[in-house]
Amino acid sequence: MLSLIADIALTHIAGRGRQTIVSILGVALGVGFSIAMAALMQGSQDEFVTSLIDAMPHVQITDEYRDPPRQPADAVFDVAAYSNLRPREDTRGILNATEAMAALRAFVPGTAVASLKVQAVVRTGGAETGMSLTGTDPLREAAVSSIGQDMVKGRLEDLRASPFGIIVGDRLAEKLAVDQGDTLVISSTGAITRRFKIVGLFHTGVTSQDNGLGLINLKAAQIIAGRPNAVNEIRVRLTDAQAAREVATQVERLIGYKSVSWQEANESLLEAFFIRNIIMFTVVGAILLVAGFGIFNIVSIITHEKARDIAILKSLGFAERDVRRIFLSEGLVMGLAGSGLGWLLGFTLTRILGSVKFELQQATELTHLPVTYDLRHYAIAASFAIVAAATAGYLPARKAARLNPVDIIRGAT
Amino acid sequence: MSADASEAIISATNVTRVLAGTVPVTLVKDINLDIGHGEFVAITGPSGSGKSSLLYLLGLLDVPSEGEVRINGRHTAEMDAEARAHLRLATLGFVFQFHFLLPEFSALDNIIIPMRRLGKRSRGEMEARGLELLEALGMGDQARKRPDQLSGGQRQRVAVARALANDPPVILADEPTGSLDSRSTEQVFTILRDIVERDGRTVVAVTHDTDLADRMHRRVHLIDGRIDSDTATKQKPARRRDRNKPSQ
Repeated sequence: MLSLIADIALTHIAGRGRQTIVSILGVALGVGFSIAMAALMQGSQDEFVTSLIDAMPHVQITDEYRDPPRQPADAVFDVAAYSNLRPREDTRGILNATEAMAALRAFVPGTAVASLKVQAVVRTGGAETGMSLTGTDPLREAAVSSIGQDMVKGRLEDLRASPFGIIVGDRLAEKLAVDQGDTLVISSTGAITRRFKIVGLFHTGVTSQDNGLGLINLKAAQIIAGRPNAVNEIRVRLTDAQAAREVATQVERLIGYKSVSWQEANESLLEAFFIRNIIMFTVVGAILLVAGFGIFNIVSIITHEKARDIAILKSLGFAERDVRRIFLSEGLVMGLAGSGLGWLLGFTLTRILGSVKFELQQATELTHLPVTYDLRHYAIAASFAIVAAATAGYLPARKAARLNPVDIIRGAT
Repeated sequence: MSADASEAIISATNVTRVLAGTVPVTLVKDINLDIGHGEFVAITGPSGSGKSSLLYLLGLLDVPSEGEVRINGRHTAEMDAEARAHLRLATLGFVFQFHFLLPEFSALDNIIIPMRRLGKRSRGEMEARGLELLEALGMGDQARKRPDQLSGGQRQRVAVARALANDPPVILADEPTGSLDSRSTEQVFTILRDIVERDGRTVVAVTHDTDLADRMHRRVHLIDGRIDSDTATKQKPARRRDRNKPSQ
């Protein structure tokens, strides 16, 4: 029965060879381009997110609270009014940093680095510039940021050998007309001044860092800040970057300080990606819709051409459902063939796009278009095409099935 | 002159068919007709007298506006389109003035299509039966040809073979010889007569050829959509009751 319907459907399609091929190509182009486009969009997004994940800590814990601390009266009364409150003298920083670090190391899969950020002023000759200092553990720093890979001169590890060494951004060095081996005089906001020797230069590509960041030992930062043992930031790099949200929530519940995952820090960026994907699917949908019109067209033509055959099949005892199935399967066959061909086309296009090389002025590592091969893209494009083809086949099929054989037979005699 | 109602294979009761429209057209009116097993009936009448319309109604291709058609005692009025289609598939074979073969399929494949739709035989059995039918109609060597490679008479014989494919007790023919030359007409007529006299099937044929009608067993004459006369012809043979013997 089904094979009979398939036989009749295939003869109809074969009788309209050229148009059928055009329709199938229409679907194939739609599927192919949407796959290639998805591969490119997804590829660039993945690449971007990867570099984002590489460049920043997955979870950043700072000495802040998400909600302001509650006054004791709030806990007891529904409504309370305060006056003449004076904030407590509170040296900022993560309290019990050592314990917090120990707790983190115990349950977080990854590396955690405690650091102290200090605002400072640097003087050389007559020039005076504000900069921020990050006191860190030079051995662990490489695990939580990509600065170790961005070194232009010297190495991150060189900091260990010189307690009052500093690594600065190359633009800052340029501005101050200093180089590796020179000495900088740096004063903290607390008016403690120390001399730091430049042991290395970095270039991250992020202007604010290249222009105003210095990396020093944690101890040196605590000295210049006048706050021994103080830590105001813990950065965590996880083995699984995607788990950052859960880890951040967990950490925040555990130690109370504000913990921000990389996803939260880049919320708006990820939202932009989401919108970009919606736009992409809309465009892809439009392409396939157009392909659907091609199928609708040809199945309609066939039903008109084959009105006689429909009449005779019905007089032989074919039910409306059988006739509907014949034309519906014609649409489906075109959808399926188009999808298969489209997969091939999409894969080839992706390969070609992925092999395109180009050179950028700045020597970054992006020399290929980033593409991904994701089976879901293939599945989505094909299912969309098949649904479009089935709809395009169904509409004329329904009309054909309702045809009254007597009208046709009368017309022919 | 109608057959006993109990043994009628086709029975029309007060059948009226009106085409709706701004000016309703009555195709047939108040038709009461019983056709028994093994009858060879001609439906005649001038153009526009409703011959073909009556045939389509008897063959369940069309639905009466009033009245009812019973096939083998089964009421068809309450049936849905699908049930009627299925009844047609197994019980009624149609032959039209134009062969109406599917142009892309060979003669044999055209015959096999109704068998495949019914799905009661294996593929091998269908082919064997198709060839047998073609053979019996003197078309054994034309089985693999497509309709456009056959002459008009040959096509019509393939169409008859197709109508016989599912071994239906009734063949309904609408001007089966209307577009054939006299030689082919004679061939097709002989086949139809054999279907009745040898196989014991019932054949109802619409024709405007009075010579041909007179050579059948019974003649129903329509004028303006009503039965004008219903007479036995001189050809009427002894009634045969061997419908159930194996046919080819």
